[in-house]
Amino acid sequence: MIRDITLGQYYPAKSTIHKLDPRVKLVTTIVFIISLFVAKGVVGYAIASLFLAMVIRMSRVPFSYMTKGLKAIIMILMLTVLFNLFLIDGDFVLWRFGFLRITDKGLKTAVFMAVRLIYLILGSSIMTLTTTPNDLTDGLEKLLGPLKKLHVPVHEIAMMMSIALRFIPILLEETDKIMKAQIARGADFETGNLLQKAKAMVPLLVPLFISAFRRANDLAMAMEARCYHGGDGRTKMKPLHYESRDRIAYAVVWGYFLLMAAAGWAASFYAVMWL
Amino acid sequence: MVRTEELTFDYERLDEEGKVESKKRAVDHVSLHIRPGKFIAILGHNGSGKSTLAKHINAILTPTEGTLWVDGMDTKDEQKLWDIRQDAGMVFQNPDNQIIGTVVEEDVGFGPENLGVPTDEIWTRVEESLSAVGMLKYRHHSPNKLSGGQKQRVAIAGVMAMHPRCIVLDEPTAMLDPNGRKSVIRTAQKLNREEGITIILITHYMEEVVEADHVFVMDDGRLVMQGSPREVFSQVEALKRLRLDVPQATLLAFELQKRGLPLPDGILSNEELVDELCQLKSKM
Amino acid sequence: MSIKVKDVNYIYAEGTAYEIHALKDINLEIPDGQFVGLIGHTGSGKSTLVQHLNGLVKATSGRIYFNGRDIYGENFSMKDLRSQVGLVFQYPEHQLFEIDVLSDVCFGPKNLGCSQEEAEKKAREALRMVGMGEEYEKRSPFDLSGGQKRRVAIAGVLAMDPQVLILDEPTAGLDPKGRDEILDQIGLLQRERGITVVLVSHSMEDVARYVDRIIVMNHGEVRFDGTPREVFRHYRELEEIGLAAPQMTYLMQGLKEKGADVDTDATTIEEAADAIVQWLKSKQE
Repeated sequence: MIRDITLGQYYPAKSTIHKLDPRVKLVTTIVFIISLFVAKGVVGYAIASLFLAMVIRMSRVPFSYMTKGLKAIIMILMLTVLFNLFLIDGDFVLWRFGFLRITDKGLKTAVFMAVRLIYLILGSSIMTLTTTPNDLTDGLEKLLGPLKKLHVPVHEIAMMMSIALRFIPILLEETDKIMKAQIARGADFETGNLLQKAKAMVPLLVPLFISAFRRANDLAMAMEARCYHGGDGRTKMKPLHYESRDRIAYAVVWGYFLLMAAAGWAASFYAVMWL
Repeated sequence: MVRTEELTFDYERLDEEGKVESKKRAVDHVSLHIRPGKFIAILGHNGSGKSTLAKHINAILTPTEGTLWVDGMDTKDEQKLWDIRQDAGMVFQNPDNQIIGTVVEEDVGFGPENLGVPTDEIWTRVEESLSAVGMLKYRHHSPNKLSGGQKQRVAIAGVMAMHPRCIVLDEPTAMLDPNGRKSVIRTAQKLNREEGITIILITHYMEEVVEADHVFVMDDGRLVMQGSPREVFSQVEALKRLRLDVPQATLLAFELQKRGLPLPDGILSNEELVDELCQLKSKM
Repeated sequence: MSIKVKDVNYIYAEGTAYEIHALKDINLEIPDGQFVGLIGHTGSGKSTLVQHLNGLVKATSGRIYFNGRDIYGENFSMKDLRSQVGLVFQYPEHQLFEIDVLSDVCFGPKNLGCSQEEAEKKAREALRMVGMGEEYEKRSPFDLSGGQKRRVAIAGVLAMDPQVLILDEPTAGLDPKGRDEILDQIGLLQRERGITVVLVSHSMEDVARYVDRIIVMNHGEVRFDGTPREVFRHYRELEEIGLAAPQMTYLMQGLKEKGADVDTDATTIEEAADAIVQWLKSKQE
């Protein structure tokens, strides 16, 4: 289950998307997400689909690898679809069974909602799959740089993110180990009501917290021993600078966004439901 | 390289109001002198104060009493703090808890980045350090996929990239399997021999100490024994009382002495013992 | 009473890119009361194998019989198995969580359905077995030294009265005296209580000194299985798979190469000393 989450994992490959500056990818992801909410009607979603398909193809990450990430959210997806499908009132009733009914509007919203969610996950997966966590935090640090003037600890936030990314797999492994050790001592994490289950978590959570604190303490010491003293006076091993491909990418992204906005505007102007 | 005078350190335990509740003396009036370019081992059982001493060399801890100088710099001098940490690097016990980067080469670059080294030079240093520890071909790997021994070599490279004159290794092999242990110790020996880096190895594995230039033995925060490995390991019974051990060949020689064989003290290796036994046989 | 492993295979993450054939056709029988050493380098499958023995990991194919009963059978209770086959993980002190030592050791027996009184009685007994006196019972496990924490954790498994005790590198990170103390206590338990002990270890010296039988794992397969003397005779093959023999084996081989007529099977200090003394005497005649 945990292994299925591809969000936040890096897939090494040599592609144009991999080579892009992380800032471009961050901005693109945000623009893409906003565009999904701006999108109205079939035309908008068609443009978004084309754009997404192009990026996925260029990234050279196997599509099957990407869809694995969707498995983790399948429950949420189903719930959203079912809620929208059965509970939204519309003009025409397509199907009825007791208090359950499917209306035209409900169907439309359910389909668009599912597409939107799937695209959201796919879009952000591409970013994390093609960008190393370090690049990502570097990009974030640089993008948020101007906020430093407002005393936002940008460097510290970026450093925390990168450390969290490094330690997530280690802590997952540790959770698995402690869980097995307690099961070997007769602990039961599966049966019982909610309260009993919550109580059963104590022998897992206490050691896990202690271990996390111990690791944090060790890591802080190791960082200090290697002369870490915050962001001031630090140089970068891999400094970020825009290349021509990044500028082209920006142009494409903004072009895409304008197109989406125009499609949305046209759809609302004509107010035709399926457009 | 490293000199201490009457170095003393107390761990303080604070109660809820922030007052000192109890004190525990971890290092007790230790005076020692480590010369540049040497391979030094510090032995002692768990809780003997050897790790506390090690943390002083890197100025992670500063003495309660007494003084410690690294290359003439007093570790209490806050102005010199970063110079001291650059000069005397440190590798810790747990390989997972000291690697910061999510890619090997980025981790090795972390130290030089903090020192403000220009980008081009960081790359040169990273390559040099990774090849010095034999990990260059893993430069693009994730540290999570490496074995314990490999992780520790990456940690050593991370220190090397800061161009220190001395590396303190605080039980670097305690969590490794025998092969990982060997690879880490060999790397330390190589850096000492080829790059002239002073190595201070803290351990309780006796086999790792045999080739050191000088051994210090600690117990209850005090320095209780020192000398060449031969001198130290000839005191089998004293070491046992200190919860320590001796190399297997030394132990066998000691057992044979007890059974009346006229063998010399301080035999360290299998080869030495075999030679001594063959001589003994030819005399009979 | 025995553990029997029959044609066990374990494939990790089957059908994915991460697929690993962690155990291949394992066949073993561990009789009651034996002291078994399990060796192999990191990733050889030894930890996976011991996790099969108390049902934490289920074999992809094959059967495991505990006292003649199939542990994958319909009416078999895994909870029962886990109380009979105690497993002490590597760095077991990381699983301590209670406010005091006694309560922590009580965790196992209470999970098995013991009353508070009964659990405390078993916990006290287990703490004595690992050499922890009454004065420690009410102390926080987190205030103890590393070696003491380890003993408390081992007591936590012993309190469940297991017939079989499996220890995954119980001495990792301890100083020499701490290592000897733990192993001596385990040896004593095995002799006095007649329990079966499976010791997973990286130290050939420890294995040579304590166990009756050595099982060597490599790439998920059993490579050697025999007494220490038999297994360490294959020291060259052991080196090929990233392992080694005890130092004494090398010393005796060194003597032999110099023309000495000694018993090269000696694996412990005492055996080596005996062999050398005998050889020197025989020369005098």
